[in-house]
Amino acid sequence: MVYLTRKAEFSASHYYHSPDFTPEENRRLFGKCNNPNGHGHNYTLEVTVKGEVDPRSGFVVDLKQLKEVMHREVLDAMDHRFLNKEVPEFFTQIPTTENLAIAIWQRLKTKLQTASLHRVRVYETPDLFVDFYGED
Amino acid sequence: MKAHLTRRYLFSASHRLHSLQMSAEENVSTYGKCNNPYGHGHNYALEVTVSGPVDVRTGMVCNLVDLDNYVEREVLSRYNLENLNTLQEFAEIVPTTENLCVGIFEIMRRGFRPAHLERVRLEETMMNSFEYTGQNKPYK
Repeated sequence: MVYLTRKAEFSASHYYHSPDFTPEENRRLFGKCNNPNGHGHNYTLEVTVKGEVDPRSGFVVDLKQLKEVMHREVLDAMDHRFLNKEVPEFFTQIPTTENLAIAIWQRLKTKLQTASLHRVRVYETPDLFVDFYGED
Repeated sequence: MKAHLTRRYLFSASHRLHSLQMSAEENVSTYGKCNNPYGHGHNYALEVTVSGPVDVRTGMVCNLVDLDNYVEREVLSRYNLENLNTLQEFAEIVPTTENLCVGIFEIMRRGFRPAHLERVRLEETMMNSFEYTGQNKPYK
């Protein structure tokens, strides 16, 4: 088994607000992230796939296909977007980095043809990242 | 839905690698420049990884403020800008980054409750780092 990771970057804005909480609770829990006008990050996405090395091609996965899927499913939908207002997953869920990693996993999972998805890592800043390995 | 969350922190400290169980010559041959009696320093980068179900109401594994507060109070304020050899915990244990990494893991494991501790990773320089996930537990 070999693991291969491809990186991509995108920039987006978001804010944290839950209709389950009062405005005061939202402010207390989410602090400055609760500002409804949003704020932005340069996200770094790392997608790790795993598989056996194909004896003919020497590849675990067709990198071109992986790049195309990442672009189509993630970057085209999220780059330079306001996640709460423009990405359907976040109409009802808070676009925390945790939920972003899960949403990206779900977008990629069924689209990868040859290799299987091992991990989605999303850096919100260089000091904070979330890993998702799929549902246990 | 379980996710892993990692937060990175920076602190600076000095240490000297010297074992009381070795002769002076053995210490020099084992630790080389790190055995310099006056010590030397590093800018350490600490990564703490916690895991747990993503709370459906908050969208979070745990509140970062809780994690930051705990790490600041229990880890960073304990080690930042200190000479590690002067701390009680390193009176008889050599303050290698391996031992420091295990020590920080134990501090997190003992007292941090909001999420499950998965891993502590400690970079001593850009060129070397150490990881501890608790005894006999491989990291994913």
